[in-house]
Amino acid sequence: MPRELWKGNEAIAEASVRAGLEAYFGYPITPQTEILEYLSRRMPELGRAFVQAESELGAINMVYGAACAGVRVMSTSSSPGVSLMMEGLSYIAGTEIPAVLVNVMRGGPGLGNIAPAQADYNQAVHGGGHGDYKSIVLAPASVQETIDLMVLSFDLAEKYRSICMVILDGSLGQMMEPAQMPEMRTIQRANWDWATDGRMGTRERRVLSSIYLDPIQEEKMNLRLISRWRTIQKNEVRYKEYFLDDAEFVIIGFGTAGRVALSAVRTARQQGIKVGLLRPITVSPFPFEVIDQLAGRVSGFLVTEMNSGQMLEDVRLAVKGRAPIEFYGRMGGVVPLPDEILREIHRIAAGHLSVDSDPRNEWYERMVGLR
Amino acid sequence: MSTTPANNLVYERPEGFTDSPTHYCPGCTHGVAHRLIAEVLEEMDLIDRTIGVAPVGCSVFAYNYFDTDFVEAPHGRAPAMATGIKRVLPDRIVFTYQGDGDLASIGMGEIVHAAARGENLTVIFINNANYGMTGGQMAPTTLPGMKTTSSPSGRDVETQGYPIRMAEMLSTLDGVGYCVRRSLHDPKNIRLAKKAIRLAFETQARGLGFSLVELLSTCPTNWGMTPVESLKFVEQHMAPAFPLGDYKVAAGISQVKI
Repeated sequence: MPRELWKGNEAIAEASVRAGLEAYFGYPITPQTEILEYLSRRMPELGRAFVQAESELGAINMVYGAACAGVRVMSTSSSPGVSLMMEGLSYIAGTEIPAVLVNVMRGGPGLGNIAPAQADYNQAVHGGGHGDYKSIVLAPASVQETIDLMVLSFDLAEKYRSICMVILDGSLGQMMEPAQMPEMRTIQRANWDWATDGRMGTRERRVLSSIYLDPIQEEKMNLRLISRWRTIQKNEVRYKEYFLDDAEFVIIGFGTAGRVALSAVRTARQQGIKVGLLRPITVSPFPFEVIDQLAGRVSGFLVTEMNSGQMLEDVRLAVKGRAPIEFYGRMGGVVPLPDEILREIHRIAAGHLSVDSDPRNEWYERMVGLR
Repeated sequence: MSTTPANNLVYERPEGFTDSPTHYCPGCTHGVAHRLIAEVLEEMDLIDRTIGVAPVGCSVFAYNYFDTDFVEAPHGRAPAMATGIKRVLPDRIVFTYQGDGDLASIGMGEIVHAAARGENLTVIFINNANYGMTGGQMAPTTLPGMKTTSSPSGRDVETQGYPIRMAEMLSTLDGVGYCVRRSLHDPKNIRLAKKAIRLAFETQARGLGFSLVELLSTCPTNWGMTPVESLKFVEQHMAPAFPLGDYKVAAGISQVKI
């Protein structure tokens, strides 16, 4: 396949089609609407299912139905729309069936705006819907990586009968980059032993539900979810590291925040500062282990996000107080510039590290000019 | 006690049913509605390729009783789930079974748009004028003046609004192929209800669009009536407020003889 210029949102759509997407259900919302528009043309031309739903509630429950039928299915939305889908996501998790959901995140809370943000990290990684469940969450940082992770998302969802979310900020959805599409995969409908696709003269009836009226059975189901998650944690952690071998300081950032930080890291390296970057690709399961190892040998961390420090909490869990952590975030749809991160690197290299204080408080006070 | 010879058999469990006793209250008409669906699926030889969608409400456990594949939807979302299934398995028969709180309140958006899109689905809609499973609260279909646990002085239309007539409302949509209201309060009406359920599934089998049968039903437990009193209540109070009749029958289905 040649490299072509792809807009992030359209790349998500085409990569999913090539990965064998059989059904798409969505609702318009900026900055992800191009996915819906692209698939409204592409899916029917391939004889596959496309419905513009009446709401995100409708869309996620159509996904739920098609997922029960055992086909590759996805929906896409942006922050406020994904909030509406949380009911359906909890049911899908409780029914233990595969589904893919893309969140092209925008500034919030509330209606917010349509500028790029990463403020739905906690919703995606630490819950969202009611009940105890976890989703696999992938965070790409380029159009090419978005394409690759879309293909992976369907495989992971099916392998673990799990929700797989792909979260990216609006800038990745909207920008064009050269990228290579995978080959077209022919639709191979797996003969799942759980799908409710009609008995068709071959088997006993099947029921898919998220009901376990007996608390003991419900607890067993929850234990099964944990057991599955432990396997996912063991097998599926993915991250990218840059200049970590001799790094004295490590920046941790996902998606666009990680990519912007890489520019700053490269400049700092030219200036002789031994700084590296760890960019989680699976923000769930989170790369605790590699951060745990780094915490034993580096002088400090800088967490950078396009939110008020949501992933910061996971980094703190991994570091367990063994090294100082600094935080730098921009919110509300503001994308940090490489120079801002570079300034933070210079500050840290000069020895300004939060040792006893809360890195979020320190950052806040710097942001509003209290220090 | 004598055993009945097989050639005198007048009643048996339809093939569309599992061998499971239902959880419904004595005198409730859910069991009747279930049986009519099971009989129709058996008569049309559809059991093997039918997928049911259960709601949230008293019929949340409908999936225990039908010998077909079944899924259990979030409250009100059965038509959306059914849409997802039918769009990827167009040669299967997909039906939802929903109560009035599920369909006419929290699921109003899903049912209207499934009908408007002309989704080739069948909806069996149980109207018993209250939320049964949660203990008899006011529903969108509760009659004016009717006492429920959340309208203890009787539904006051000034503050609590008016009942919604779903069959009439949905019949205005072009995507609808078959939309009728029947009642389960006596044998004659039960026979008419079965015929309507058959025609609704015939509508789907012929690809003629969305089909819905609204069934006026009893809730003796929450109405605080005996089963016989509640059947009379349906006849005397519900049928006048929710007139029985054919609200839309597509040309292709009005010719079908069963």
